[in-house]
Amino acid sequence: MNTIIQWCDSVLSNEIWFYLLTTVIKLVLIFAVILAFVVLSVWIERRVAGWIQDRPGPNRAGIPLFLLKRFGSKEKQPLKNVLHFFGIPENSWIANLCKWLRLEGEIPTFGLMQPCLDGGKLFLKQELTPSYVRKVYFTIAPMLVLGPPMVAAAVIPFASTVSTCYGEISMCVANLGIGPLWIFAISGLSVYGLSLAGWSSNSKYPFLGGLRASAQLISYEVAMGLSVIPLLMMFGTLNLQDIVQYQADNGWTLLPFWGEGLTLQRWALYAPIAISFIIFVTCVFAEANRTPFDMAECETDLVGGYHTEYSSMKFASFFMGEYAAMVVGSALVVTLFFGGWSIGFGADAALAAWCDWVAVLCQFLMFLIKLVAFIFFFVWVRWTLPRFRWDQVMKLGWLVFLEVAIANIFLAAAIMYFIK
Amino acid sequence: MWPDVAHKYEHMNTTKILQVPDAASAAMDYLKNDADDHGELVTVNMGPSHPATHGVLRLKLVIDGETIVSCDPVIGYLHRGMEKIAENCHYNQYVAYTDRFDYLAPMSNNIAYACAVEKLMGWELPERGQAIRVLCCELSRISSCFLGTGVYAMDTGAMTAFLYAFEEKERVHNLYEQICGARFTSSYTRIGGMTRDLPKGIEKQILDFCDSAMRTVDEMEKLLLHNKIFIDRLVGVGVITREMALQCGMTGNNLRASGVCRDLRKTNPYLGYDKYEFDVPVAQEGDCYARFQVRMEEIRQSVRIIRQVVATMPKGPICVQVDKGILPNKKDAMMGIEELIRQFMVSTQCVNAPVGQVFFAAENPKGELGFFLDSKGGGIANRLKMRSPSFCSLSILPELLPGHLVSDVPAILGSFDFVQGECDR
Repeated sequence: MNTIIQWCDSVLSNEIWFYLLTTVIKLVLIFAVILAFVVLSVWIERRVAGWIQDRPGPNRAGIPLFLLKRFGSKEKQPLKNVLHFFGIPENSWIANLCKWLRLEGEIPTFGLMQPCLDGGKLFLKQELTPSYVRKVYFTIAPMLVLGPPMVAAAVIPFASTVSTCYGEISMCVANLGIGPLWIFAISGLSVYGLSLAGWSSNSKYPFLGGLRASAQLISYEVAMGLSVIPLLMMFGTLNLQDIVQYQADNGWTLLPFWGEGLTLQRWALYAPIAISFIIFVTCVFAEANRTPFDMAECETDLVGGYHTEYSSMKFASFFMGEYAAMVVGSALVVTLFFGGWSIGFGADAALAAWCDWVAVLCQFLMFLIKLVAFIFFFVWVRWTLPRFRWDQVMKLGWLVFLEVAIANIFLAAAIMYFIK
Repeated sequence: MWPDVAHKYEHMNTTKILQVPDAASAAMDYLKNDADDHGELVTVNMGPSHPATHGVLRLKLVIDGETIVSCDPVIGYLHRGMEKIAENCHYNQYVAYTDRFDYLAPMSNNIAYACAVEKLMGWELPERGQAIRVLCCELSRISSCFLGTGVYAMDTGAMTAFLYAFEEKERVHNLYEQICGARFTSSYTRIGGMTRDLPKGIEKQILDFCDSAMRTVDEMEKLLLHNKIFIDRLVGVGVITREMALQCGMTGNNLRASGVCRDLRKTNPYLGYDKYEFDVPVAQEGDCYARFQVRMEEIRQSVRIIRQVVATMPKGPICVQVDKGILPNKKDAMMGIEELIRQFMVSTQCVNAPVGQVFFAAENPKGELGFFLDSKGGGIANRLKMRSPSFCSLSILPELLPGHLVSDVPAILGSFDFVQGECDR
């Protein structure tokens, strides 16, 4: 036992091993969180859509207890059997609680089982590859859509730093000095997936969808990149962990109400930052191919757009890729504009002084709450607004957002130069 | 002798001279082709099963990039030979087929058809019967216009407004169910009347429905009519000028959106429409937005008519009071031989129509639905011809679509609010 502990100690003391191990753990964690959020955001989408549209949404997929009949019990009251199996008397508080929760027939899950069942269905469906497609590209395309958002998520910090006896752990998979640039670069790769899917399907609607997708993604990337420059000038760094730390100390970008946030310069900078926010959020919508910018797959004229010819898990990869892009996009907006993991009002420093791990846990939860709030916003917009027309999207991107974003940079620079 | 005959029938010659395609010269032509400087034209087949075409319309679009060069609508996928069927069943039996024309407003079809046959018979309904028909007509107009506007919103990407509209449509179907016993395929009318009177207490429910319909119209207007994206997509798109609309024989809301104030309920009132006060919404622009606006306003006017009908609902019989052609009271039929014979005659042979031809057109939600009846006497029409508004609306597409973008196709198609069941018959 002692030797094992000693061995672990020696491994962890080695800087490289420590770094590798913690990175792998963080990697698994962030991957699991993103995938869980993809599933969860599908559920949120459908529930919120139901709520907006005066209908229940998915609420029937519970865990049916009558499946227990398979395990030998032949009576029609599964709850009774289960209680009997565990030796719980029928008038005990557990039994009453189960009855109060209406667990007689099935365990209600508020429709949370629905995405799981959908996933299962998509796994089990027959995969149909049309004979006329270009098979290699047709197969690669869904991977290229699902992959980049996962990779891009690596630089997003999900909590502050913890110090252990072996060294500090920064709660961010890759603490790169080029944070937003990395995300733009990687998420830009997903355009290959969309255009390859459109082209390799060898069919006309997907082809049009692929063309639209590539044009739209590339044009909005320009405005997106330019819109964050005023922010980066204010933060003075590209490292996302530092950016969030700055916001934790000096107030969130859009809510600078504590720390040294209330300087004159900061108030003056509020206008360019608000403009940045509007442009950036719109671009995130466009990048994630969501309504009102779902040109590439707008179902009323292109049937399904680039994924018309796909079925089964390949289609599901596109679907998940879209939601993953939405989750990562929301995470980036939260990180840049709403303080990322920071709890706000100076609570971060106080908590960290008390206990590192508690602080990190709270910050992680805070980050998730903000993420969910923003995903809700995404869904809300989708089910409210009509869709743009194709040429209007391009006009908006090139003629409005690009110009405004460039002017915004000069505005921010002038404010920073003249107002100290 | 032979060459003379050949010359005489030359214009009837249907044999085509087959030309062997000359691939090499076609390739040369292609290489030399500099008229089309953007590149190749692509033919896209939109439909017959496509989300934008609301049924089984097929559009053969030739597109240059995203711009439509030419459009060739192909109809007939839902052709069921409705006009021929009318020659093989008597007038009352055919009522059930009229449900399937414009299946989004079955009641109006029933009523239009019954009115046409009654015109042939020279009958006029008693006041209560007319009022009930007006009520049903306007209910189905509301239902159809709600679905038209809702689906239109969905075509432009706003899913939610569609469901709001659909909720109101469901309420209309609930009322249908109480009035005629069926939610969708109503078959409510018979020649010379209705199958049954209104149920007790329906007036209050109808008035409640009127209130909720007005609320939903206001809500949808707030959500869509002042939405920048919606306006940008629709204003100036699919402009139909007054002349074009009249040329293609467009009717109903589509015509009124192009600046022609023509409403059969005003111009030649039937069913006592002249007793009710309502406005005819007219727009001048003739674009998709105008058509949407007119349709929304149409709902308001229908609600106005319904409120008046309910307030002034007369008492009395609902069917024509004649000796022959109308089913007798069931109780009388069980007691008296005369009535029993009448019941037998009406259910097997229907009315004994006079020899003659009539045309009757009613202002339906989609436009003017006309029935031309040619009778050689007896209970079966010799020929029935429908004038379906959707068919006329769709005939404008080859003229209208070129020059628009592919994304405009759902917007333009949706703005016509056509029904394929009525177009293909």
